[in-house]
Amino acid sequence: MMTEHVEGQCHDSSVVTTYDVEAVNRKDDRSLYASRPAIYPKLAHGTFRRLKWILMAVTLGIYYLIPWIRWDRGPDLPNQAVLLDMQHERFFLFGLEIWPQEFYFVTGLLVLAALVLFLVTSVAGRVWCGYFCPQTVWTDLMISVERFWQGDRNARIRLDKAPWSLEKTYKKVATHVTWLLIGLATGGAFVFYFADAPTLLRDLVSGTAAVEAYVFLGLFTLTTYGLGGIAREQVCIYMCPWPRIQGAMVDHDTFLVGYREDRGEPRGSHRKDQSWDGRGDCVDCKACVAVCPVGIDIRDGAQLECIQCALCIDACDDIMQKVGRPTRLIAYDTIANQDAAKTGEIAKPKIFRARTLVYLALIGLVSALMLWALSQRSLLEANVIPDRNPYFVRLSNGDIRNGFALKILNKLHEPRTFKVDIENLPNATLRIAGQADGDQTVKVPTDVLSEVRIFVVVPKDDAMQLASHGHSFNFIVRDIESGRITRRLSTFRRPSQ
Amino acid sequence: MKKEIDQVTGTETTGHVWDDDLRELNKPLPRWWLYTLYATIIWAIGYWIAYPAWPLVNDYTKGVLGVSQRATVTQKIEDAKKAQSSSWALLESTPLDQVSGNPELLRFASASGKAAFGENCAPCHGRGAQGFTGYPNLNDDDWIWGGTIDDIQTTILYGIRTDHEDARSSEMPKFGADEILDRKQIGDVTEYVLSLSNLSTNAESSARGKELYAAQCVACHGENGKGNTELGAPNIADSIWLYGSKKEDIMQTVHTGRGGKMPAWESRLDPLTVKALAVYVHSLGGGK
Repeated sequence: MMTEHVEGQCHDSSVVTTYDVEAVNRKDDRSLYASRPAIYPKLAHGTFRRLKWILMAVTLGIYYLIPWIRWDRGPDLPNQAVLLDMQHERFFLFGLEIWPQEFYFVTGLLVLAALVLFLVTSVAGRVWCGYFCPQTVWTDLMISVERFWQGDRNARIRLDKAPWSLEKTYKKVATHVTWLLIGLATGGAFVFYFADAPTLLRDLVSGTAAVEAYVFLGLFTLTTYGLGGIAREQVCIYMCPWPRIQGAMVDHDTFLVGYREDRGEPRGSHRKDQSWDGRGDCVDCKACVAVCPVGIDIRDGAQLECIQCALCIDACDDIMQKVGRPTRLIAYDTIANQDAAKTGEIAKPKIFRARTLVYLALIGLVSALMLWALSQRSLLEANVIPDRNPYFVRLSNGDIRNGFALKILNKLHEPRTFKVDIENLPNATLRIAGQADGDQTVKVPTDVLSEVRIFVVVPKDDAMQLASHGHSFNFIVRDIESGRITRRLSTFRRPSQ
Repeated sequence: MKKEIDQVTGTETTGHVWDDDLRELNKPLPRWWLYTLYATIIWAIGYWIAYPAWPLVNDYTKGVLGVSQRATVTQKIEDAKKAQSSSWALLESTPLDQVSGNPELLRFASASGKAAFGENCAPCHGRGAQGFTGYPNLNDDDWIWGGTIDDIQTTILYGIRTDHEDARSSEMPKFGADEILDRKQIGDVTEYVLSLSNLSTNAESSARGKELYAAQCVACHGENGKGNTELGAPNIADSIWLYGSKKEDIMQTVHTGRGGKMPAWESRLDPLTVKALAVYVHSLGGGK
């Protein structure tokens, strides 16, 4: 029978609970072929647990609620604040509308996110892993569901050891059904990012939504259930590349969740009347191991498996208060300070150091670049493509004609009229195919790419004066309403004689 | 087979030895890997049942889903045709000279015409309709048989110098071969023709040629050499020369005549395709 009280040597049992627990994922025991030992994380209480509850609520809230935020863009446009409209090839992000050819904005955002991740990691370690990563957040949620149905650590261990009974079946089924429901909600929220949420919800419920919606719904239900409920820490340890990469951002001045060896050692159980002289503060109660969601012993030092969730800090602080020793035996600390502490010194944390300054500079640079690109973002895209076959046409009076395709992309949600002109081509005349001579206007309907053919004719004598390998000249596209001008360079070609 | 046991780990080895003493431990496959292998085998069997898989002597296993890529393609072509059918119907009901008034229809007809052009006309006229010696450039504004959209359709339908009863035809006499003009006279007439577009280098010869031109050529090519699209007589006073503008090219033309043939497409293409072709050719830039 499992018990939290271990034999008679636990003298301080009224104050300190010593857990009968082995670190099932201990450093020394790991092998390439280890099958997963079950981990039963105990509920921690304290600053970091509270912080994690708050962040879980915030992050999940953002994920589930964003598709439901409305954003008025006028008629004929979706009124969903964040919508990845694959069908019409548009990304709507609040006031911003991104076209496929502007996808570099998204790339820029991702680069920025990566740099911020690097900066945060170099300052405070795996903050992303410990508090924000969806894998951590959902696993945390799944574990609290498990705790709700099956009780805390000891009750769960007992339940797993117990033979199958009606009660066990009911508790296990309830857990898995709740997990699946959470998965369903996760998948449900995901598909809402790709279509109008209220409409899609109606369609999903009535069974009339697109097949893809159901496929993704099912996929995300199963992956949420599988990764968050079943696989849990194995995703972090075996599947995720970030634990391997993040080591490159961490140095001696990075704050990491760590065990203060100088204070803790030599560890050992402690009786109430015992002196603290000549021994460490660690009473070896293993509370830090019991709460650990990845099953490690933080006292073994920094490890790839540690997601830096800081729950061991809460667990240990609790104990330290009970035995009347200073808290933060396990704490966010720098390796430099831990090293210094061994000789009784204090190493001041250096937050602004070469590494973080470089990341800050890069973040500033990328942000500035993106802001600049955003300010230069034109709501008109004009492209001129000269005919390649034939390059030129000799007309019956000897004049030379070149053909061009002019493509105008109107990103505004109103029709626009443009006037096309040419400059830097002597005596040239311009005609738009299908329009009367002299009519140089192009009407582009709202929100489309329009293409017109343009014929440019240069009189014989002028043409033969032009460079034989092609003469550069400009097309000028002027928005008649705003007067804004866009120039596009092109080439006029002539026969060699 | 004797099992070799590695001394350090106590694990069986595969028996393979490299570099004198390097041995490979016979470890089991990762379980997830092994199960994935089994899953793919089961998947393959399911695939054989569901999809076409095994070749037989004269046939193949069809699979219970009845999937056929050939049928899929056929179906897709059918669907595409169905999707286009309203545009084709509109093209059919719109008079040829009014197609350009409907930008949507013009775009559709030009695109269809372009595809048909690539398949049927490009071998002679070139992919860009730029033409070659003896094959007219369809981009320019010089039309031997007329450049209105109706003229173009007529040319495509019945061809030039074909057996079709509606085909237009003309013959450039073989002035030299039939001994109507002698060699010197041909030279003179050629000089005169060149002078019409300021290419002549011999005023004397050209002056002699002018008289010969008035007697022999003016009936078809006109007084100023502007030609006559009714008769298919080319404009010989402009910058466009189907058979070349060099003196020997023109002399050759006068000596042996010319008579390029354009096939009649009425019997090979359906009328709507021809209509689309006419729209496309007319839109190339030279249509009248």
